[in-house]
Amino acid sequence: MTPELGQLALILALFLAIAQSVLPLIGAWRGNRALMAIARPAATGQAVFVALAFAILVWAFLHFDFSVLYVATNSNLQLPWYYRVAAVWGAHEGSMLLWVLILNVWTLALVLLSRRLPEAFLARVLAVLGIISTGFLCFILFTSNPFARLLPMPADGGDLNPVLQDPGMTFHPPVLYMGYVGFSVAFAFSIAALLGGSMEQAWVRWARPWTNAAWGFLSCGIVAGSWWAYAELGWGGWWFWDPVENASFMPWLVGVALIHAQAVTEKRGSLRAWTILLSLFAFSLSLLGTFLVRSGILTSVHAFASDPRRGTYILCFLAFVVGGSLLLYALRAPKVAGGKAFALISRESAILVGNLMFTVAAAMVLLGTLFPLLGDALNLGKISVGPPYFGLLFPLLMLPVVLLLPFGPYLRWGKSDLPGLKQVLVRVAVAAAACALIAAFFVQGQLKAIAGVASAVWVGVGVTLYVIKRWREMSAGRRYPAEMTGMLLAHVGVAVFLIGVMLSESLSVTRDVRLAPGQVAAIGGYEFRFDGVTQATGPNWTAEQGVVTVTRNGSPVAVMHPQKRTYAREQVQTTSAIDPGITRDIYVALGEPMDPNHVEGAWALRLYTKPFIRWIWGGGLLMMLGGFVSAADRRFRLKREVEAAQPSTVTLKESQA
Amino acid sequence: MNPTRQRRLTLIIAILTAVIVAAALVVYALQQNMNYLFTPSQVQAGDATSYKTFRLGGMVKAGSIQRSSDSLKVTFTVVDASGVMPVEYNGILPDLFRENQSVIATGHMDGARFVATEVLAKHDETYMPKELKDAMAKAHAGKRIDEAANQDKPQP
Repeated sequence: MTPELGQLALILALFLAIAQSVLPLIGAWRGNRALMAIARPAATGQAVFVALAFAILVWAFLHFDFSVLYVATNSNLQLPWYYRVAAVWGAHEGSMLLWVLILNVWTLALVLLSRRLPEAFLARVLAVLGIISTGFLCFILFTSNPFARLLPMPADGGDLNPVLQDPGMTFHPPVLYMGYVGFSVAFAFSIAALLGGSMEQAWVRWARPWTNAAWGFLSCGIVAGSWWAYAELGWGGWWFWDPVENASFMPWLVGVALIHAQAVTEKRGSLRAWTILLSLFAFSLSLLGTFLVRSGILTSVHAFASDPRRGTYILCFLAFVVGGSLLLYALRAPKVAGGKAFALISRESAILVGNLMFTVAAAMVLLGTLFPLLGDALNLGKISVGPPYFGLLFPLLMLPVVLLLPFGPYLRWGKSDLPGLKQVLVRVAVAAAACALIAAFFVQGQLKAIAGVASAVWVGVGVTLYVIKRWREMSAGRRYPAEMTGMLLAHVGVAVFLIGVMLSESLSVTRDVRLAPGQVAAIGGYEFRFDGVTQATGPNWTAEQGVVTVTRNGSPVAVMHPQKRTYAREQVQTTSAIDPGITRDIYVALGEPMDPNHVEGAWALRLYTKPFIRWIWGGGLLMMLGGFVSAADRRFRLKREVEAAQPSTVTLKESQA
Repeated sequence: MNPTRQRRLTLIIAILTAVIVAAALVVYALQQNMNYLFTPSQVQAGDATSYKTFRLGGMVKAGSIQRSSDSLKVTFTVVDASGVMPVEYNGILPDLFRENQSVIATGHMDGARFVATEVLAKHDETYMPKELKDAMAKAHAGKRIDEAANQDKPQP
C-alpha cells in the first residue's frame, strides 16, 4: 500500500507545482496580489509532498520491499543499510526523484529567506521554479516511476552496482545535485528579471548569494566525484574527461564565469544582458548534464533508456527550457542593457577576458562530449574523442586566466592605471621565477612540474600581496568583508590546485608489475614487498586481499591491503589501498592472479606513487569554501540598513534607480 | 569614435579573435584525437588502414586468453561474427574482462596483430556497449544482436 501513497504524493505535488507555476505568473502580470500570494504556500506544500514521496522510497529500501521494481533491481538482503539508502539515488528513477527533492529544498529556502523581495518579483521567481518542477514531476510520473510494482514479488533483489558501494557515492550525487539544481535559482531570477523588464535592476544582488552557494556545492560535488573515481575505480586517475564528468564540469565552468559577471553587473550595472545569458546557459547545461548522465545517450557504462518516450520527453523538455528562455532573452534583453562604460585596462575588462575563456572552455568541452553524437548523426562512423583533445585545449584556454588572476583585485572598476600594476607584476614574476629555479633542482628537469610551481607561486604570491595591502591600508573590521575573503580563498584554491595537478601529473610513477609472494618492486624511492593473498569477507562480498609492505630505505612506511571483491551477484570490483600523505600518496591496486587456479602464487599489481595529488582536492575544497563564504556576506542579506552602512556599494543606488 | 563605440569595437575584436583561435585549435585537436571504432571483420576488410590509432571492438574468444609466464604480457583473440583479430596487451586487464564478453581495445596494428595500449570492458553479464552493438550490427547487417542487452544500467 505505501508505494501507492508515494505515487499519490507525487501526483499531489504535481498539481501544486502546476498551481505554483501558473497562478503567480498571472497574478504578477495582472497585479493581483491574491494570486501572487499563492506562490509561497503552493511551494511549501509541494516540498512537503515530494519529501513524503522520497521518504516512502527510502522506507521501501530500508524494509526490503521487493514488490517495488526499483527496490528489487537495486538492492538485496545482504546490502548494508547505508548503501540501501544510497541505492535510492543509485539508478535513473530514484535520482530523478532526488533531483526534484533538491529543487524543492532550494525553493523552500527561497520561500523562507526572501520575504523582503518585492512581491511580484518573488512570485515570478517561484513560478519559474514551479515550471521546472512540473517538468520533472511529469517526467517521473509518466516515464520513470520509482514506485512501479513488480509482481509476483521476488524473494531477493538484484544488486546495487558495486562501483557505487563506496562512502564517496553516498555523498557525491546529493551534493552534485545541490549544485546543478542551485543554478535553477539564478535561472529563475534571470527569467523573472526578463519578465519584469527594466523595473528590477537590483535582482543581481539578490541572486548573487544563491549562485555562489550553488557553485560551492557543485565544486564540492565534483571534488567528491573525482575523489571517488581515484579511490574506487582503481585506476589511480583523478579526472578522465569522461562524458559523465564533463557533464558536471560544463555548468561549473559557466558558473565561474557567471559569479564573476554577476559581480560586475551588481557593482557597475554593465554586462547585464551577458549575466542573464550566462545564468540561462548555466542552468541549461545543468539540465543537459542531468540527462546526459542518466539517459546514457552517450557511450558511457550504459545504453540508452529502453523506453523511447524518455528520450523524446527529455529532448522536448530541454528544447522548451533552452528555447523558451532564449526566446524570452531575445525579446527582452535589449531593454535591460546599460551600465557604466569601462576602459581597456579595468577590472571589468579582466573579468570579461576570464569570462570569455571560461565560456569558450565550456563550449570546447561540450563539443568534445557531444561529438560522438554529431558524428553518428552525420554518418562519420563510430567516433570517440580522446582525453588528449581536452588535455591540449583546456590548459591553453586557462593560461590567460592564470596569468591575469594576480592582477584582478588590484584593478580598479572603470579605469585603472598601469604603474601600480607594474609593481605587482615585478614582484609576482620575481617570486615565480625564483621558486621555479629552486623547484628545478628537485624535479629532475620536468618542465611541467617547474611550470606548475611557477604558476602556483604566481597566483599565490599575487593573492598574498593583496592580503597584505588590505591589511596595511584598511582599518580593522573593514579589511576583509566576507565577499572578499571568499574571493581570496577561491583564488588561493587555484594556486593549490595548480600545484596538485602539475606536480602529480608530471612526477607520478606508475608501474604494473608481476610479483610472486616475497618479491620486491622498487618505484619512486619506495620498496613494495608483496606478501601474498588472503581471503577476506564483508557484509555482502568476499575478497582476495593482498598484503603489500612498503618501506623506504629499509624503514617501514605502511602495510597496505588492496582487495579484489566479489559481490553477491558475481560482480568483481577492485578496491585499492591508499596510504595518504600531504606530499605524496602511495597507491596499490590488485590486478589479477597470473594463474586463476593458483591464487596463492604470483599476481599482477599496479603500484603508484603520486606526489601532491591531495592538493588537487584541497584546491577544489578551497574554491568551494570561497563560494560559501562569499554567499554569507552581510551585504547580500535583504535588509534596508545595510545599503547605508556600506560605502563600497554606492553604485547600488544607481542600479536601483 | 565615441567611448561607447570604441568599447564595443574592442569587445567585438576580442571575441572574434578568441573564437577564431579557439576554433582553429579545436579543429586541430579533434583531428588528432578522433578514435574510430572497428570490428575485426571491418579491419580485415581494410576499413581501418588509413588510421594509425583506432579502437577495436568485439567479443573475447573463449579459450584464447594466454598469459606469458614471466611478464604481464597477455594475448587474446577478438572476434565478431565473421572476423578474427589477435590482440596483444601488456598490463592489467579490467575487472570485467572475461571470455565471451564484449571488449573495446585502443591501439594500433603491428603486422597482423593488434597491439592494445588500453583495454576496456565496461559492461556486465548481459550488456554490450551501444556503439559496439551498432558497429557489429552494421558489419553484419541481418545478424541480430541480443536486444535484451539494451537496458538502463546504474551509473557511477
